Amino acid sequence: MSKQATAKEVLFTPVFDNNPIALQILGICSALAVTSNLNTALVMAIALTAVTAFSNLFIAMIRNQIPSSIRMIVQMVIIASLVIVVDQILRAYAFSLAKQLSVFVGLIITNCIVMGRAEAYAMQNPPWPSFLDGLGNGLGYSCMLIALGVVRELFGAGKLMGHEVLPLLKDGGWYQPNGLLLLPPSAFFLIGLFIWGLRMWKKEQQEAADFRLAPQVREEE
Amino acid sequence: MEHLLSLFVRAVFIENMALAFFLGMCSFIAISKKVETAIGLGIAVIVVQAITLPVNNLVYTYFLKDGALAWAGFPELDLSYIGFLTYIGVIAAIVQILEMLLDKYLPALYNALGIFLPLITVNCVIMAGSLFMVERDYNFSESVVYGVGSGLSWALAIALLAGIREKLKYSDVPAGLRGLGVTFIIIGLMSLGFMSFSGVQL
Repeated sequence: MSKQATAKEVLFTPVFDNNPIALQILGICSALAVTSNLNTALVMAIALTAVTAFSNLFIAMIRNQIPSSIRMIVQMVIIASLVIVVDQILRAYAFSLAKQLSVFVGLIITNCIVMGRAEAYAMQNPPWPSFLDGLGNGLGYSCMLIALGVVRELFGAGKLMGHEVLPLLKDGGWYQPNGLLLLPPSAFFLIGLFIWGLRMWKKEQQEAADFRLAPQVREEE
Repeated sequence: MEHLLSLFVRAVFIENMALAFFLGMCSFIAISKKVETAIGLGIAVIVVQAITLPVNNLVYTYFLKDGALAWAGFPELDLSYIGFLTYIGVIAAIVQILEMLLDKYLPALYNALGIFLPLITVNCVIMAGSLFMVERDYNFSESVVYGVGSGLSWALAIALLAGIREKLKYSDVPAGLRGLGVTFIIIGLMSLGFMSFSGVQL
């Protein structure tokens, strides 16, 4: 990224050009476990975006005071405190959702996106761009999570956020749900296909082959 | 004894951290290009997991649990809400110590793991181990067994994946799917395979 990156660039680059899940390979754990329906995916996306943005903000504020030998612990303390706040808010106002998310709210602490951005961006940049960078990465993650949640809930259960969209065969409708999509492995397949799509669109993200196959040449007869 | 053994087998195969709970995916994918580094990281995870889980178990039992501070004269105190902060503090401290030891005694491994050693702190496996331990109310000996077992389950999975990926680099994958994309699909297939263990009753 150039030295004089504008606020808009900082905010939107992570969404498509440098998506944290698709390109930086960060924060995939929760992407698989919470996306079997849209509700949990949405809550998780909001929670993670808030935590990433604010942890980047606070870490950037005190970046010059943190001794580098204990920076990990300082970062973890800030992130963990923010996650505790999010967890308590969820328990207070959306208890059933908090129960569904179970350990995964706690695992925001260990979500590599949060720590990765803190280490890679907030430690070198002033608070405001860091906040935007956190927000942008959170949004990149959210896009992926919501896309997965929509596909998995719509085609796996015929519903969106609990409301019936495709009437199921067993209730007299026409749609035969694909049960595989509700199982965790389907999230891997979907992310794989999503990355494929993204890289067909943005060719510069493709990885080079380790070994190129020799073309099959027929011997001259 | 039998109970602990079945807990161990369950932690390794049925509740495989990487392939049944999908935890620790970031380093699982990033470090699995070579079998040697994969095994190195796997061992590091086993060690960290086997140390942190019992330590967190002690911390939980004697400091955080509802009424656990009765020995200090605060029988009504319930500190379980700062659990996240405490576990991650313990984990971060242990990882940092491990990092210093590796740097001093095993520089080859230290260089191979590179940036991903600090990321063991944010490896979901370690944190999830502690959270599951609290959620399922394991006692001390169970937490030791579960720590070793769940660490081993992750190490096993990453070694298997690295083995597959080493072979995979000779194959002709479509351009957009190369590298990351096809890895996801392989992991999906592996986890489908591991789902067959979920029917085993212990």
